[in-house]
Amino acid sequence: MKRNSSLLLVLIILLAVAAGVFVYPKGIGSKWREWHLGLDLVGGSHLIYKVDLSEVKDTERDSVLAGLRDVIERRVNLFGVSEPQVYLARSGNETNLVVELAGVKEISDAIRQIGETPMLDFREVAEAGTSTEFIPTILTGRYISGAQLSFNPTTNAPEVSITFNDEGAKIFEELTGRNVGRPLAIFLDGALIEMPTVQQQISGGQAQITGKFTIQAARQLVERFNAGALPAPVTLINQQTTSPTLGTDSLKTAIIAGIAGTLLVMLFMLIYYGYLGLFAVIALLVYIALTLAIFKIVPITLTLAGLAGFILTIGMAVDANILVFERVKEEMKKGFSRAAAMHEGFRQAWPSIRDSNTSTIITAIILYFFTSSFVKGFALTLFLGVVVSMFSAITTTRLLLDVFAKDKKIHKHNE
Amino acid sequence: MFRIVQNRRVFLAISAILIVASIAAVAFFGFREGVDFKGGTMWQFRTGDGDINKAQEVLTAEFKGTEVKLSYASDGSVLARFPEIGEADHQRALAALQARFPAFEELSFQSIGPSVGAALRNRSLLAIVLVLIGISLYIAFAFRKVYQPISSWKYGFVTLFSLFHDVAIPAGLLSVLGRYEGVEVDSNFVVALLVVMGFSVHDTIVVFDRIRENLLKDRGREDFSDVVNTSINQTLARSINTSLTLILVLLALYFAGPASLEFFILTLLVGVTTGVYSSIFVASPLLVVWQRLSLKK
Repeated sequence: MKRNSSLLLVLIILLAVAAGVFVYPKGIGSKWREWHLGLDLVGGSHLIYKVDLSEVKDTERDSVLAGLRDVIERRVNLFGVSEPQVYLARSGNETNLVVELAGVKEISDAIRQIGETPMLDFREVAEAGTSTEFIPTILTGRYISGAQLSFNPTTNAPEVSITFNDEGAKIFEELTGRNVGRPLAIFLDGALIEMPTVQQQISGGQAQITGKFTIQAARQLVERFNAGALPAPVTLINQQTTSPTLGTDSLKTAIIAGIAGTLLVMLFMLIYYGYLGLFAVIALLVYIALTLAIFKIVPITLTLAGLAGFILTIGMAVDANILVFERVKEEMKKGFSRAAAMHEGFRQAWPSIRDSNTSTIITAIILYFFTSSFVKGFALTLFLGVVVSMFSAITTTRLLLDVFAKDKKIHKHNE
Repeated sequence: MFRIVQNRRVFLAISAILIVASIAAVAFFGFREGVDFKGGTMWQFRTGDGDINKAQEVLTAEFKGTEVKLSYASDGSVLARFPEIGEADHQRALAALQARFPAFEELSFQSIGPSVGAALRNRSLLAIVLVLIGISLYIAFAFRKVYQPISSWKYGFVTLFSLFHDVAIPAGLLSVLGRYEGVEVDSNFVVALLVVMGFSVHDTIVVFDRIRENLLKDRGREDFSDVVNTSINQTLARSINTSLTLILVLLALYFAGPASLEFFILTLLVGVTTGVYSSIFVASPLLVVWQRLSLKK
């Protein structure tokens, strides 16, 4: 048993050292895998857009939303942001689109470009006396499959040729067939850009927008159409931007506070529990290395709140040691030998270690599922930290005591 | 051995005063809701010369007719709070500030629509309710074995009360800070309260477990209050030490950590400290009080 314990202990220590090298931000570990840091630590923008689905049929909602997400993702990718995140967040009846941009210097540019999306739609024209009325049709930019810059063969003016997908082509054919000899209005972002007269029914799904574009404007429009027009309008309802300066500063102070806190806890354990405390200190180092390695492997995006959650678990991780050591002290007072006291201490302390973490685990799980994304980071690291600490503190401390404390005792017997 | 149960009147009186004061503070002052609950804009920046009045002038001129509140964050930067604005307004105000302060530096900008805030508030309330239910179930589970002379549900009830105690006092503090220091209550505050609940419920259960264990061994030879006092003393070191290690970490975060977490950490710090107090000086003495009252009947 003793040999097994020694072997296991060596394995755990080696694993922890490997984990320590792996998680250390500068060195071999970072070459192999980078830390994922949240926007509040590297700087960046968290944007929430409200999606207006009032014009969309219920049955089409899901496909429109999926399309919207894809379009915005392609658009965001054009900024050259590293790992942009675009996802839908549903709350009740409302659907929001979340865009996360990390490390963009000109956030405001990015926001403007996401917002400045071409909303193209075709409208029928009804002349009523002197006024002209535009009647919206179902043909919008969401049926566009591609766009090209071309030049008018006679005037040489830049034009935008758009191609509809199959469904769009059918609608366009039907629409032009119904309006031969009458004008058809093309609106971009709600503004009339062109009102050509339909010469004949157009099949095949091709259309030219002549407008009065400069080459640059036409090219930009083509780019945006190719990224996809927005199938539904969006409005920015929530913005959270952190400057890289503040992010780096938060990261630095959180790490300093974390190290200071860890040292205080270690000092306390050493002063109060003496040589037993030394085992707790080693177990705590193992815990920190292993947990950080898990965060990095999964990978968990560490936010400021997440980091705070992890630092809190450092203060909670030694609780298991304290419960065990207090039990061991009690058993020794009862007259048990040191080895027997330790054995009893572990056995008796386990239920209370399990219970002591249960309520924190309950809280972390509920926080994870019922709050905002920023709180999620906290809940996740708290949960993982508590779970890992339960096992690491127990296993590591137990092995340390098995190996070192017993040696001493056997030694005494031999004397 | 410390005579904790014997001096319970003093300890319970301290708690009673703090709780009454906290409830009164929340009732009269309420909470100052942060932008993530009520919607609005929170803008953090450095002006270079740190002159808050000049920044106030600029922003008041930019946002005519809306209230712009400026204050210093604990790291010396300026925090501006005003109703929700769009990105265009943000850029306009940014340009105005940059024109006024050559060394202007934007640190963070947060603008939240009222609907997002309301949704977050509702979900926070839901989380509070669920954590309360979860912890109550946990308490019911922890006290599933019944021992005399005091019935199981009384342990559970006292535990719930000490939870309330641990949450009410930091809530009262934040309410007072909101009134006099302009400190706002945001979703972090709710998270801190829930973490306090999850953490401190256990210390109380450890003491109660020991009381039941000793009652079983003792079989009514000793007075109930003596058994309780012995139990508190036996578990004193672990009650204090398990919380103390967390308090040490929290102190490090409070004094050396990021300024944006200041009040989150403060709430936790006060809550966890109150939790130690309640598990030693409130919960168990209350059991004795309750048992005495039922004997008198």
